[in-house]
Amino acid sequence: MTAHRLSAMGDRALLVHCAGNDDARTVAAAIAAGAASLDPQDGVIEDVVTAATSVLVVYSAPGPVTARCQTITSTIAGAGDHQLGAAGEITLRTRYDGPDLSAVARYAGLTPAEVVELHAGAEYQVAFLGFVPGFAYLTGAPELLRAPRRADPRTRVPAGSVAVANDMTAVYPRVSPGGWQLIGTTDVPLFDPAHEPPSLLDVGTRVRFVPA
Amino acid sequence: MITVIDPGGLTTVQDLGRPGYAHLGVPPSGAVDRDALALGNRLVGTSEAAAGLEITLVGPRLRFDVPATIALTGAPLPAAVDGRRIAPGAVTHVAAGSVLESGTATSGLRSYLCVRGGLEVASVMGSRSSDVLTGLGPPPLSAGDRLPVGSIDAAWPGVDCVPFRNLSAEPMLHVLPGPHPEAFARSALETLTDSAYTVSPASNRIGMKLTGPPLDRISGEVATEGLITGAVQVPPSGQPIVFLNDHPTTGGYPVVAVVTTRSLRPAAQLRPGVTVRFTTAPTTF
Repeated sequence: MTAHRLSAMGDRALLVHCAGNDDARTVAAAIAAGAASLDPQDGVIEDVVTAATSVLVVYSAPGPVTARCQTITSTIAGAGDHQLGAAGEITLRTRYDGPDLSAVARYAGLTPAEVVELHAGAEYQVAFLGFVPGFAYLTGAPELLRAPRRADPRTRVPAGSVAVANDMTAVYPRVSPGGWQLIGTTDVPLFDPAHEPPSLLDVGTRVRFVPA
Repeated sequence: MITVIDPGGLTTVQDLGRPGYAHLGVPPSGAVDRDALALGNRLVGTSEAAAGLEITLVGPRLRFDVPATIALTGAPLPAAVDGRRIAPGAVTHVAAGSVLESGTATSGLRSYLCVRGGLEVASVMGSRSSDVLTGLGPPPLSAGDRLPVGSIDAAWPGVDCVPFRNLSAEPMLHVLPGPHPEAFARSALETLTDSAYTVSPASNRIGMKLTGPPLDRISGEVATEGLITGAVQVPPSGQPIVFLNDHPTTGGYPVVAVVTTRSLRPAAQLRPGVTVRFTTAPTTF
C-alpha cells in the first residue's frame, strides 16, 4: 500500500488523505483494529472519523506529532491489503411513496415503478456518516437515478424519509431540513441514543431497500 | 434538588461531553471552557467530569432545596445567595431553601456553576451535556426545572478559593495551518493572522461567526471531511467560522486553520462584539 499523506488538523488530530472512500474505509478499519496495540506514548485515540476521501484520527489530548504520524503510517502499512471484514447487512422495508418520486422518474426517463425496481434492486454501502446523528451516506446508487439535489431544499423532511441525490442515497433519521429527493419512507429506526449501538448503520454497513 | 426559578440567558447542563461518536454524526459537546468546569468541580471536591451549569452571559436564579456546596468559575458573574455576595472562584456553602441570584458577566461569556456531587440529570450516550446542534442531552434550562444533585463522600480539597485571572482585552488565539493549503490563496492564512476579527452575535456553542477581512479561497468546496472543535472553516462569504463543541461532525467547506487546544480556553470566553486576533502557533516535532 503506498504511503498516505497525513496533515495536522490542529494539535490533537491527524487527517489521513485517501484515494477514495474504499481506501478511507480500509484505512479507518486498520487504525481501529490496531488501536489496542498503538504505542501508549502516543496517547489515546478518541475517535476515527471516516469521510468521503479521508480519515480524521482524533486523540484525546495534544501529543508528539511525529511519533503519532509514524504509528499511523505503520499501522496502515501493517494491515496490508487485507480485505475489510464482512460488514453487517441491513434490510430496510420501504414504502416508495416519496413526494419527489415522480420528479426522479422524469429525470431518469423512467416510470415511478421502474425507479422503485432500480432503487430496490441495488446493493448499497455506508461510505460515512454526518449531517445529523445516524445519517449515513450510501454509495451504490444506479447511474440512472443520480438526480441532483432539489433546487429549493425543504425546511422539514419527515423522519424515515428515503432520499437520493447525485450518486448517493440516504435515510433521514429524524425531522431535519433537507435538499435531497425524497422517494420513500421507512419505519425502521435509524438512531436511538438509548440503544447500544445508537446508530443502526455504521461505516461499511451494507444496505438493501425492500419495497414494503 | 435545585429548582430553576429563572434560567437567565442560555443556561445548559454540561460535563466533559460525549467524545468518540463523531463517526456516527454526534458532536463531542461538553463545556466550551473545559478548564473552568474542571476547576469548579475540583473546588467543590467533585470529579472533573461531573455535570455543572454552563451560564451564557446572563445568570440564573436558583433555589437550593437541599444544603449544597457550590463554586462559580469562568467569566466573572456577579452573584449573591440570600442577598450575600459570593466571589468567583470561592467555595460557598448554601443552606436548604437558599436562593442564588446572578446577573450579567462583567467580562467574558461563559460562567460555570459547579455543585459538590454534580448535577445528576439523565445521561445520554454517556454524558449529561446539552448539545444544541443535535438536541441530544437535556434541553436548556427553563423556569420550573428541577435538577437532582448527587451525594458524595470524597475528601474536601485544601483550598477555599482560587485566584481569578482577568481575561485579555484583545485575545490572541494560536492556530495551526489547516490541511488544505491548496484550497486557499497564499494570502489567506496571512490575512487571518494579520487582521482583527469581530465576534458576531450569530455565534453559539456550534461555532463563532467572525466578521472581518474575507479569506480568499481558490476552490469553493473540498470533499466532505471530518471537523474538529477549533476548526476555522471558510464558507463562500470568506468570513471565517470557528467551530466549537457542538460542531457539525463533517463539512465540505475548506478549513484554513485550527485553533490549538490551549487557545480553546480564551476562545470559549469571546463575547459577541469583541475583537479577536490569530497567530500561528510554533510547531514542535
